[in-house]
Amino acid sequence: MNSLRKRVDKIKPYFEEGGKLSKLRSVFEGFESFMFVPNKVTFKGSHIRDNIDLKRTMFVVVVALLPALLFGSYNTGLQHFRSVGADASLLLSFWYGFLRILPLIIVSYVVGLGIEFIAAQIRGHEINEGFLVTGILIPLIMPIDVPLWMLALATAFAVILGKEVFGGTGMNIFNPALLARAFIFFSYPGWMTGDNVWTDGLTKGQNIIDGFSGATPLSMCATGDISGMPSFMEMFIGTIPGSIGETSTIAILIGALILLVTGIASWKIMVSVFGGGLVMGLLLNAISANTFMEIPFYYHFVMGGFAFGAVFMATDPVSGAQTEKGKWIYGFLIGLLSVLFRVLNPAYPEGVMLAILLMNMFAPLIDHFIVQSNIRRRLRRAEIIIANKV
Amino acid sequence: MSRTVRLKRGYNIPIKGEAEKIIAGESNPIRYGVKPVDFPGLTPKLEVKPGDRIKAGSPLFHDKKAPEIKFTSPVSGDVISVERGERRRILEIVIEKRGNDHIDFGNADPSSLSREQITEKLLLSGLWPAVRQRPYHIIAKPGDTPKSIFISGFDTAPLAPDYDFIMDNSPEQFFKTGVSAIKKLTEGKVHLVLKKDKTKTQEKYNIDGVEISYFSGPHPAGNVGIQIHHLDPVNKGEVVWYINFQDVFAIGNLFEEGVYKPERIIALTGSEVMNPRYYRTLSGCSVAPMIRDNIKSWNLRYISGNVLTGTKINADGYLGYYDSQVTVIPEGDNYEFFGWLLPGADKLSFSKTFLSGIFPKKKFEPDTNFHGGERAFVVTGQYEKVLPMDIYPMFLLKAIIAGDVDQMENLGIYEVAEDDFALCEFICPSKIEIQSVIREGIDLMIKEMS
Repeated sequence: MNSLRKRVDKIKPYFEEGGKLSKLRSVFEGFESFMFVPNKVTFKGSHIRDNIDLKRTMFVVVVALLPALLFGSYNTGLQHFRSVGADASLLLSFWYGFLRILPLIIVSYVVGLGIEFIAAQIRGHEINEGFLVTGILIPLIMPIDVPLWMLALATAFAVILGKEVFGGTGMNIFNPALLARAFIFFSYPGWMTGDNVWTDGLTKGQNIIDGFSGATPLSMCATGDISGMPSFMEMFIGTIPGSIGETSTIAILIGALILLVTGIASWKIMVSVFGGGLVMGLLLNAISANTFMEIPFYYHFVMGGFAFGAVFMATDPVSGAQTEKGKWIYGFLIGLLSVLFRVLNPAYPEGVMLAILLMNMFAPLIDHFIVQSNIRRRLRRAEIIIANKV
Repeated sequence: MSRTVRLKRGYNIPIKGEAEKIIAGESNPIRYGVKPVDFPGLTPKLEVKPGDRIKAGSPLFHDKKAPEIKFTSPVSGDVISVERGERRRILEIVIEKRGNDHIDFGNADPSSLSREQITEKLLLSGLWPAVRQRPYHIIAKPGDTPKSIFISGFDTAPLAPDYDFIMDNSPEQFFKTGVSAIKKLTEGKVHLVLKKDKTKTQEKYNIDGVEISYFSGPHPAGNVGIQIHHLDPVNKGEVVWYINFQDVFAIGNLFEEGVYKPERIIALTGSEVMNPRYYRTLSGCSVAPMIRDNIKSWNLRYISGNVLTGTKINADGYLGYYDSQVTVIPEGDNYEFFGWLLPGADKLSFSKTFLSGIFPKKKFEPDTNFHGGERAFVVTGQYEKVLPMDIYPMFLLKAIIAGDVDQMENLGIYEVAEDDFALCEFICPSKIEIQSVIREGIDLMIKEMS
């Protein structure tokens, strides 16, 4: 690797202050530090530093997303071939789906990273790693048939108005990936709802065999016609229509395991989201006023984006609650509201996205109350001592 | 009744190079250095110039804002240079040892002296700077009355010296006399905090009038700041003092024999030391003789103190005023190809994101590389895992960065010092210089309150 390092060192002066290409300094630094962990050493404070950095952190999340991505590729192919009534092998389904998803990933990364590079250069910062995860999350929560220009627009919206205007990674209020989805959901609702967008080819009116609906379990529940509902096991494995990465609960759970073993994501948030969903599910079961309320509570965990949201979206440390006690409350309310929105608001059969975005907004408030209780504890301690002295 | 505090949160960084429990010998170097930079917030005013002949205990400089606080020479000899840094800031006063002259401060039984007499003796001899205070982690103000005084009887920092071993090799009487002098400085309790593992040495600490408490748990359980937080927390307007373990002996020595003799048994540690062992020496000694012919390689980082809170020194630098340890580790000024992507069976990390996470017993040889670039706060809930205090670290840090003095006060700035946050800095994936942030916050607080 020495020869590569020498080459990098040779071109480095061009990008430094006053160099011919100094306008591309952030880009150069981004690529350099991507390839080589910098040679910067400690000066004051702790002389040794943990090997973990944000690149490693984000990389672990990307690895945790791989099972969902791989299964999503397979499922995309599977649903497509089902819709046209063709039989395809596992490998063919996977390959077909992968080739359909790849452009989405490329567009998401090119648009998002491009904006990050420009923003970093304007601010004179190093390029932040946050988008490594966002860039893969965005395609995974999209319907497969979403047009690329729409994806590009949504990504740009999420990165610029969701993140960069607040100061970049670490400063954002809302989860950028969910913002991208919300953007399409509200701007082009036809591409984020209905029965046609979840299966590749349906929107283009390809030859669909009779009896294939393409409706997601959630929309079946919302319309009250659950005759075509897949079984719990099918939904758990994920061979159902839905956003690319959200369908397979088992793939998501593998990702959750990776995040929990490495300690990257908060187990408290994950557990409490499921806890909140459980409580609301049971409550609605007890009321049982319509078909959707009668759906067994545990179905909510495997339908739609509940599991994906709990594992990958709610656990975003920047937009979530930052105190440990706050994380319990934050997660619980996300679970509670997700199921509530799903069942009681037929216009939004997918409640998870809105529940998380709503709680993103309230996370600082939750933290505020937790921190205030710490402050009060400290003040009370001082008062007791003063009282004793008098 | 002694109290026991069991701490769960914290981290013992597994590094190679612990000192073997052998005193390798006395280290009597020719050169000694006293460094004003060891004392945060101090503006030194020199009392000597190069060429002056001085005795052990002669004042070298004093605090410009509090001239009664003197800093004295550990040995007799000649002042050979005053090293200055940027903007003529005094870095160190170098003394070449000659003879054994010392200033006689007069021996006395502390129990027969008044608080003022004890304070005066400490001030004159140069031992007063050993007394520090919370809030702010600075040298105590002689006029204050602390609500209690703490002595931590163990050190949990990486490769730290074993205080039991030091106690067994030091004059017990000095410790007792030291404590009886310290007792006079407060109307409250003198807390001696010991590690919760009944050792034979601990019987020696049954001294009249000392409140013994036990702490268990990983680093920073041995930090006096953590101990104060759990036993007698500092509220606004209150002051708690603390004294390093080995300075208690030096204070005892002052009253027993009337001399300033800051003896230290120090641990020479770190992965790059051939024979990590203990040495008997004096505060401010040159580390060169210990290190010469005792290191494994070149391009090394020499640290007075431990890897978390110590000060970078040269190979011929001097032991810091508050340090009982010298650590030598490799520098890390090299590029690592896709270092963040490798499985990393040999990469030290508090997180479990590297392969090394599955070998809990493994010890590492970390270097001084940052392992990444500085970023904004992203990951949450990590600092709490290594800070056993009822304090919200990230919120306090953000309050400091924002310069919000009221909020800093609310969130506990009076209770913290940079050492307590050293582990947070170590594990921080955003590579934020947390100890510097804390010190900036403390400096701002001092400015606002004066």
